[in-house]
Amino acid sequence: MSEPVLRVERLRVAFDHPLGKVQAVDDVSFALTPGERLGLAGESGSGKSTLALSIMRMIKPPGRIEAGAVWLNGGRLADLDEEGIRAVRLAGIALVPQGSMNSLNPILRIGQQIADALIDHGLRLGRRAEEWRVAALLTEVGLPANVARMYPHELSGGMKQRACIAIAIALRPKVIIADEPTSALDVVVQRQVMATLARVQQELGAAVILIGHDMGLMAQFVDRLGIMYAGRLVEVAPIADIIAHPRHPYTRALIASLPSLEARGALAGIPGLAPSLRDLPPGCAFHPRCEFATDRCREERPVLRDVAGVDVACHLA
Amino acid sequence: MAPLIEAVDVGKRFTGGLGRESILALDGLSLAIDAEKPSVIAVVGESGSGKTTLARLLLGLAEPTTGEVRYRGEDLRRLGRNSWRAFRRDVQAVFQDPYGVYNPFYRVDHVLSTPVRQFGLAASRAEARGLIEEALRAVGLRPEEILGRYPHQLSGGQRQRVMVARALLPKPKLIIADEPVSMVDASLRATILGSLRNLTDQHGISILYITHDLATAYQVGDQILVLYRAHLVEAGAIDRIVTTPQHPYTQLLVSAIPHAHATRDWIKQENEEPRNGVDMMSHGCPFADRCAHATSLCAVAPPLYRTELRRVVACVLYREYPTLAARELGSWLSA
Repeated sequence: MSEPVLRVERLRVAFDHPLGKVQAVDDVSFALTPGERLGLAGESGSGKSTLALSIMRMIKPPGRIEAGAVWLNGGRLADLDEEGIRAVRLAGIALVPQGSMNSLNPILRIGQQIADALIDHGLRLGRRAEEWRVAALLTEVGLPANVARMYPHELSGGMKQRACIAIAIALRPKVIIADEPTSALDVVVQRQVMATLARVQQELGAAVILIGHDMGLMAQFVDRLGIMYAGRLVEVAPIADIIAHPRHPYTRALIASLPSLEARGALAGIPGLAPSLRDLPPGCAFHPRCEFATDRCREERPVLRDVAGVDVACHLA
Repeated sequence: MAPLIEAVDVGKRFTGGLGRESILALDGLSLAIDAEKPSVIAVVGESGSGKTTLARLLLGLAEPTTGEVRYRGEDLRRLGRNSWRAFRRDVQAVFQDPYGVYNPFYRVDHVLSTPVRQFGLAASRAEARGLIEEALRAVGLRPEEILGRYPHQLSGGQRQRVMVARALLPKPKLIIADEPVSMVDASLRATILGSLRNLTDQHGISILYITHDLATAYQVGDQILVLYRAHLVEAGAIDRIVTTPQHPYTQLLVSAIPHAHATRDWIKQENEEPRNGVDMMSHGCPFADRCAHATSLCAVAPPLYRTELRRVVACVLYREYPTLAARELGSWLSA
């Protein structure tokens, strides 16, 4: 197995709040091999986006990284100064944040916004070279080069999302984190954008972390899937295994709640609500919603352990 | 007896500003909802297909530019005061955003007590409380966990279910739900859709479920209307249409849904759509420029072909079948 390009080790992120500390990411570890596609799935509030931001060291107060480390290409990100981490963002790890297609600057042409990424990282190209580079990036994400001269409102949702991918790959990152990149798009456009992301990622040899809650999208795109619940990873397994044999009851419920075109009228929601991160139940955080919970689940917190080659945090697995 | 709500060849065109082109939001569409036969009708289409325009026309929030919407046989625009009030009570709406509809300064009780007061549903406070609790239970909520709270203390799923409970209070005959679960977590969608379906089965309320998500439509719907760029492309019994789509656009839509399968066949080439050189014809088939089967026949808007007992398709591929006049779609669907 090749050296991991990204390694997250026992990362803990908390938000300070007058009513008590909110543990948004709790002891999360994983490694990403070059070119791998890892999915992170879970309900809203499970810590997926916070995890992405903390990998980029973009957590702002009252949030803070309490413990743990992130290693990119063998270098510890926590050791970098502010300038150093700025250089790593986009060039080492690029984030396509949630709703990023709506965060394009409405009064700047698309070409200018892509060029800004280059300039910001000290790439002083001549005007011609810069235009050429922007056009090449647009072509790479399947957009016509004349999009460079357009404003965001002239583009459709799928085109805007592609423009955001063009910005993300402008500096040839080795890791791309895409936070629900297609949640605002129609299914047909979603498939096209994901196909673009898949091709660009392969051309770059970059690893991808895809964040979302659509298990169908995960099943079709990622190689390995991590399931998050209440800030913790509760299951990590190759995608085919997790779809065929989900081991954690929460994973099973997530898959069952996906409306499918096969079994009609078989809608199964997950009973109850996700717990408050300020006041987690003792033992396994999922036990109040779990139909299999035993006394042990109510008292002892399960750790992520290897069960037949799959990592799962459940006493019953 | 006249149906509860009937849209007859109803269309909407938004005029552009000075010198701008007008935009067709919905081409003449017919639809009928019979109060005697409660069912869930799903309206599916991508953004810009005209599905929200249809909802607004049926609710009387927008005026049609062609055709008319009738409430118990009367044009909405000519309803008298009392009929309008009855319409307002019989037809309720649930919208997309469960975060934006609440006033953060009022307790949740406020949105529930308003319709009780407006429609004079209860004679006393205790009776009002009873009605509200009953409505909350009907959507699977526990009143003691909801009442007395502020909107920010509820989750998105709870808020949206409170909106369904609110719509339920006046004992309507029809609820028009425009993307009610698109802003809710996948795990909660099932619960909310389940409570909507339950309203039809247990309380005899028809639902017009408007969505871009074919998979959820399939889970709750009885009939389906598939819209594309302001035009109806396929309609009929949902189980037939979703399992064996006939219109090339419906086929594309069904194939684009990612499945939670171990077989990975979803990602295709990015530009899967043929650029077939056919112009998007203003009078022809709206899908012609993206369609692999497009021919010169597509230059004329296709009629509705009755390919099956419970299905119509607007595509010349099925031209050997008998046609159905567009105006008759409503009565045909509700028959």
